[in-house]
Amino acid sequence: MMMAAASQPTTSATTDVLPYTIVIGLEVHVQLLTRTKLFCGCSTAFGAAPNTQTCPVCLGLPGSLPVMNHEAFILAVRAAKALSCRIAEFTKWDRKHYFYPDLPKGYQISQFDLPFSSDGKLLVCDSKGRFAPRTVGIVRVHLEEDAGKSIHDESTGCADSRIDLNRTGVPLMEIVTQPDLRSPQEARAWLNELKLLLVYLKVSDCNMQEGSLRVDANINLHIPLPDGRIAKTPIVEIKNVNSFRSVERALLYEASRQWDEFNHTHAEIGSSPKQTRGWDDPAGVTRAQRHKEESSDYRYFPEPDLVPVTVSETELSLMTSAQGETPALLRSRLESQWSISAYDADVLVNQGIAFVGYFERLATILSDGKSASNWMQQDVMRMLNENTVAIESFPVRAEGLAALIAQVSSGAFDTSRARDIFSEMVKTGRSAAEVAASMGIADVGDDELMSLCRELVACNPKIVADVKGGKEQAAAGLLGQAKKKNPNVNPGKVRQLCLELIRAM
Amino acid sequence: MAITRSDVAKVASLARLELSNVELDTMTRDLQGIVGFISSLDELDTSGVEPLAHPLGTQNVFREDIPTDSLSLSEALQSAPRHDGKYFLVPAVLGETGSA
Repeated sequence: MMMAAASQPTTSATTDVLPYTIVIGLEVHVQLLTRTKLFCGCSTAFGAAPNTQTCPVCLGLPGSLPVMNHEAFILAVRAAKALSCRIAEFTKWDRKHYFYPDLPKGYQISQFDLPFSSDGKLLVCDSKGRFAPRTVGIVRVHLEEDAGKSIHDESTGCADSRIDLNRTGVPLMEIVTQPDLRSPQEARAWLNELKLLLVYLKVSDCNMQEGSLRVDANINLHIPLPDGRIAKTPIVEIKNVNSFRSVERALLYEASRQWDEFNHTHAEIGSSPKQTRGWDDPAGVTRAQRHKEESSDYRYFPEPDLVPVTVSETELSLMTSAQGETPALLRSRLESQWSISAYDADVLVNQGIAFVGYFERLATILSDGKSASNWMQQDVMRMLNENTVAIESFPVRAEGLAALIAQVSSGAFDTSRARDIFSEMVKTGRSAAEVAASMGIADVGDDELMSLCRELVACNPKIVADVKGGKEQAAAGLLGQAKKKNPNVNPGKVRQLCLELIRAM
Repeated sequence: MAITRSDVAKVASLARLELSNVELDTMTRDLQGIVGFISSLDELDTSGVEPLAHPLGTQNVFREDIPTDSLSLSEALQSAPRHDGKYFLVPAVLGETGSA
């Protein structure tokens, strides 16, 4: 898709120090989570041996006819609806013609003038407040088929390119934004939010390594001139960006490149055709590719082999009824239901739906959102990272962790002991009580604790004098001794008890 | 609408067709004839008519998302001019991709 020319007001620069406003729009291709391709029953499973998932339809053999995958259409509508798009009552598909060896039919079945959805938006907020909340308009979302994969092996000096057509015909949703983003950082954050939304809705796995999500970024600069006019640099489309981090880096590079170029050439939008540049990640630069063809050069015409699709209000509500909570709604619900901060809700939601499920089970058992949130963010996340395990296969269930936290609250263990126990629970899969027993950690009885404290107070007249003299912090000297005598004692309790004894003296 | 020689040359290049000067002349004449014939439709007033998206009245033809058997590798490759038993082989394509 061609991007609409950047036409946003230029008053909202995110950074005051730059002598220009960066204007960014994105085109995102997302593979839908279907079992089969868009127009035939071939599997979409990733990683199969080359050319083992093809049939006459996706090979473009004569006489074959495409039939639309209902699930692909439903998933695409669900995503568009969550992006606040208007769903068209009537939509059709078109042939987009270009020649490339991984496109066996010589055209891609896509949507041109009547996409199934348009006019949406998606808000991105930064919980760290690095930029103001930004609503990004969505021009359109449409449904099209993917092309195959070309492998160019330059190292062998081989004269051939190899073609794998397994991916040909896989359902893709193309999302085109308005040029509403104002910094590379915003672009990266917005992509993260989009990905989170699509994963929550189970529309796509958004796995960039497997090509399930691909990003092209359009960027130009709006430069205020001394005469009050605003110069717009020619729009560049950046392709071949393989991670959100690379999107940010490529955009940063491209912004400064365009600024340098403008200072040399003073070239403005319209003086040359839209340029495509490829991102060279190791080199950290963008390089010029061909000039983008005009959209009419794709010679679009209606796809005669597919009939149009109409969507009634009833069908629309059926399609979107199974839709889960969006990340934005989930954040605000967690915030109010569990009395946690917006920042905490953001961290939890960004970890994914299964992580949030674990948190909510834990919070429910503990009847304490704040404590559950703290444990999830500190200890559970640390354990997941250290053991490179997903929350779905985490060996400690919410019930088990809740039992441990309850014992911390009751004073049976202090937090650092509890952390040791938790590590061991994760390692062995055993309960808090079992681990505590095997580590020789036992709850110290009240009588035992009292006699220990009496002994400490009796043996440390200097500390006692200091405390009586008003230096309560001197009591800290007693805690180390207490730990030496019995490593199971709770330092908080020891401190409290000793202070009471000293006051009573 | 007049079809010019350069229109035909542009369409030919988009379709990756190489036309000789003689062929360009013939094609321009033929296409002009065809377009002229069709343009008699322009005499009709279609201002109140919905554009036709498809000649069939049918809509909403779907299939369920159920996998079916694919071709075997050898079947898939058998009609290709060249292959290496795993991949289709084509003359080296360098650099940029087509589109998506």
